[in-house]
Parts: sequence; C-alpha cells; structure tokens
Amino acid sequence: MSQARHSIFRTGFVHIALIAYTLISLFPVFLTIINSFKDRNAIFRAPLTVPTPQTFSLIGYQTVLGQGDFVTYFQNSFIVTIVAIALVLLFGAMAAFALSEYRFRGNTLMGLYLAIGIMIPIRLGTVAILQGMVAANLVNTLTALILVYTAQGLPLAVFILSEFMRTVSDDLKNAGRIDGLSEYSIFFRLVLPLIRPAMATVAVFTMIPIWNDLWFPLILAPAEATKTVTLGSQIFIGQFVTNWNAVLAALSLAILPVLVLYVIFSRQLIRGITAGAVK
Amino acid sequence: MKRPKRWHILVFLLPALLVYTAVMILPLIETLRLSLFNTVDGQPTFVGLANFQVLFGDERWAHDFWNALKNNVIFFIIHMCVQNPIGVALAAMLSIPKLRFVTFYRTAIFLPTLLSFVIVGFIWKLILSPIWGVAPGMLDLVGLKSMFAPWLGKPGSALIAVSLISVWQYVGIPMMLIYAALLNIPDEVIEAAECDGVTGWSQFWKIKLPLILPAIGIISILTFVGNFNAFDLVYTVQGALAGPDGSTDILGTLLYRTFFGFQLQLGDRSMGATIATVMFLIILAGVSLYLFVIQRRMRRYQF
Repeated sequence: MSQARHSIFRTGFVHIALIAYTLISLFPVFLTIINSFKDRNAIFRAPLTVPTPQTFSLIGYQTVLGQGDFVTYFQNSFIVTIVAIALVLLFGAMAAFALSEYRFRGNTLMGLYLAIGIMIPIRLGTVAILQGMVAANLVNTLTALILVYTAQGLPLAVFILSEFMRTVSDDLKNAGRIDGLSEYSIFFRLVLPLIRPAMATVAVFTMIPIWNDLWFPLILAPAEATKTVTLGSQIFIGQFVTNWNAVLAALSLAILPVLVLYVIFSRQLIRGITAGAVK
Repeated sequence: MKRPKRWHILVFLLPALLVYTAVMILPLIETLRLSLFNTVDGQPTFVGLANFQVLFGDERWAHDFWNALKNNVIFFIIHMCVQNPIGVALAAMLSIPKLRFVTFYRTAIFLPTLLSFVIVGFIWKLILSPIWGVAPGMLDLVGLKSMFAPWLGKPGSALIAVSLISVWQYVGIPMMLIYAALLNIPDEVIEAAECDGVTGWSQFWKIKLPLILPAIGIISILTFVGNFNAFDLVYTVQGALAGPDGSTDILGTLLYRTFFGFQLQLGDRSMGATIATVMFLIILAGVSLYLFVIQRRMRRYQF
C-alpha cells in the first residue's frame, strides 16, 4: 500500500519535472510564433498572450516577403541540401558496399581513412578550401557548397551504411551472381532496396547540419543569388533589427520547414539515434 | 590461378574517395602546411614555427588567442557540467518503465537541437533583451525582477549566457544517446538488482550508471569536438567581434576574424591557417585521449 503510494508520488514528480523541461524547450519557439502574428504595440505590451482579433497582424510577413528575397534563399537551401544528400547517399552507399562486400588489400586502412572525417571537422580546412574554390572559380556558386557538404557527410554515411550492409545475407548476393548479375546490378538491384531504412536515417542525419550551416555559406557563397535560408535570415534580421514584426516573422518562416520535416521524420530520426548510435 | 582485376571495387570506391580527398583531406593538409608559411616581401616563405610564436607570444595576437582559448575552455566546462548532467537526468526519467507521454516529451525536448543557430541565437537575444521585457516580466511573476540584468551585454555574464543558450539547444543529444543506452540494459540485470533489494536511487548509481559510462564517454567527446569547433551561435548572438569586449570570443570566431578579416582588420591567411592548426591539434589531442586512453580503460559489458 505504502509502496504503491510512494510510486504514484514519484511518477507525479517525474511528470512535473519533464513537463517543466518541455516548457523550457518549447517556450521560446512558441513565443516567437505567437508574436509574429501580432501588431507592434501588442508585441511590446503583452508579449505572453496569443494574438486576438484586435492585435492580429500580418505586417511582419508582408515586410519579409516584400523586402527579403526569401523565395530565392529557400530555393538555394533546397537545391544545396537535396543534391548534397543525394550525392552522399549514392557515393556513400557505393563506398560502403565496396568496404563491406569485398576483401582486398588496404580494406581496413581505407575504412580508417574515411573515418577520420567523423571526428575531425571539415571547417578546420576552410582556409585551403576557400583557396581551392577561388582557383576553381567556384566561389559564390551552389556547387561549392554542394561539394563541401558532400565531403562533410560522406564519412558518417559510409560508417553507418557499411554496418547495415554487413547484415544483408550473402546467400542472396551469391544467388544473384549465379544468375549472372553483374556486381553493379547486385548493388543497385539487390542491396540498395534492402538498406532503404538505413538510407533514410543517414539522409536525416546529413540534412540537419547542411540546412542549418552558417559558416560555409558565409565564406564560400555570400552573394545575393546564392544565399541560403540560414545566411539570408541572418543578414535580413541584422538589417531589420529594430523592426520587430519583420524579425519575428523571418524567424517563424525559418522555423517552419524544420518543424514540418521534424513532424514527418521524427520517428525515423529518433529510431536512428537510439538504434545504432551507442556502439 | 590469378584472379582477374576486380575493377568494380575501384568504381564503387572512387567517387566517395575523390570528393572526400579533394574537398576535405587535401585542404586540411594544405591548411596545416600553410601554418608554416608567411608572406615575406610579397613571397610566400617557409617560416617554420614562427607563426605559432607570434600567436602565442606577440602582443597583438597573444592576448586575443589566450582569451579565446580560455573562453573556449569555459564554454566546454559549462557544457560538461550543465548539459550532460541534465541530459542524463532527463534520460533517466524518460526510461522509467510504463511512464506515459514519453514520446511527446522526447520529441519536444529534442526539437531545439534541429533549429539553426541563427534562429536560436536571435530568439534568445530577443527574450533576454531589456527592450522587449519578456525575461524581466517573467522574473517579475515569481518576484525575482531585481535579479534581471542584460546578461548578454555584460562582460561578466555574457559567456555564461551564450553557453547556456547552447546548452538549451543541444541537451537533446546527450538525452537521446543516454536514453538509448538505458533502454539497452537487459531486464534481467534490473530484476536481479531488485531481487537483491537495490532499487530507486541506489539502483541508478550502482547498476545503471556504470553500464552507461561508454555512452557518457561518447557524449563527452562529441561535446568536446563540437565546442572547440563552435562558431555560429556566438556569431549570431554577439557578432564577429564576440563582444562585449571580446568576452565571448572563442577559437571559431577568432579564426573567422583572422582569416576572413572583419571591418578594419584585413584577412590574414597564414595566421588563419595557424589558428586552424591549433584547433586541429586540440581536437586531435582530445579525440586521441578518448580513443586510446579512456575508451580502452572503460569496461564494456556484453549482454
């Protein structure tokens, strides 16, 4: 009896603690979004209340969409992120297949070489990367960003994907070989479809740092035509510091795609982290 | 019988290898090399370790460098002492069997990790701003209004404030990794502990904590690498000068200003490469310490 009451008490306490921390996590985001729909007076007079018909206003969004070139920024971010993820998945899966499927001299060494990039951040090579991009005439192009992000995403992708490829049954591949499939068709037609869940996990892991990166867009592609959403909102907000409506609206617009993607992919993402991460 | 050359292995490896080597490894090596050169009379000249001497000892550089390094160490210590314990505590609570709404809590607490630094930085800048008054208003509700200060604007508290913002953003990662480690502990171990009368707090300290030490090791090294490579948050909250008065300057912002130039300061490629090399050596030292000392000593339990 007392044991049961003790346990209810404890569960109640745990819920209070978790709810408190959940509020801390969500409050800033919530605050930004509700205030982005209010007029200037209401933002300052009552920041903590939700917009009412009297205080509702879209002036911030009008400023953002009228002034900043957010459509271009979004487009740039989408192109860079999607192409880089596609390349990381394709090249990463191919390399992972070579490393996990075949025994050849230098196999382990190659694996270690590719693993360096998991721990050493690519940012430390920025000085020479910029130099190289200048020499190749790629500064202020999306190609520069795509190349950098592909290189940045590959090490972890190869690591995760080769772990998964080892679980694909040898019998299946050997059956394919007996049927006369080439090594390329075995990879593309037998193995790739089987590791699709792992590919999704890698895609999500690769996507977040690319979408959110500020460093490389700032250094390699700061031109108006190649700004990504992250850099674009940084600069836009910097210029409109005193226009609170516009700042809050820009922030809300930048949060939106992340929220949508998170709602769609959160199970994939959390399963990925909780499954393979602790090894 | 000699086997035919297996060209397909090369074809599979080549694209990844090319991009990775050309865009990541070679620039990294080139950066390390550049740190040994400087421009003398308009010509790049090999100067040995002179750049490092300047960085560590020259009046103009040393002050900024040691300041950034000190701030970076504080930045890291705050993460280790605040972010990781909170992460472990949250994970321990989430892993209580039969607790309801776990998915909701988990999803909500992980959300800030996905937002970009730009968003996080500006939101907190607004909240902590004395002009808007959200923070003082909320402190007023609990009767602590007198405690409010423009934390981000004061040299004494700015670094702590920025570090705590970063902790707020990243607490989801240790939470998730520890949560996964706790779920991986087999039920038999816990049942055996309960049969021996080890429950509640002492169960956590004596049974579960030793079993999740490898996961704590991983989050520590991830925090280390992330912190000594950090840049974005300080840049968005405090600008490239990492004010007030350089009090939030860390190695990443120093690297940016040095190599890229800022306002009146011209970009200096050699010194930029030198700072990047120092960052590389710090991270390399941390990772090696982890791989060769900590990870080997850590006992792993096979279930």
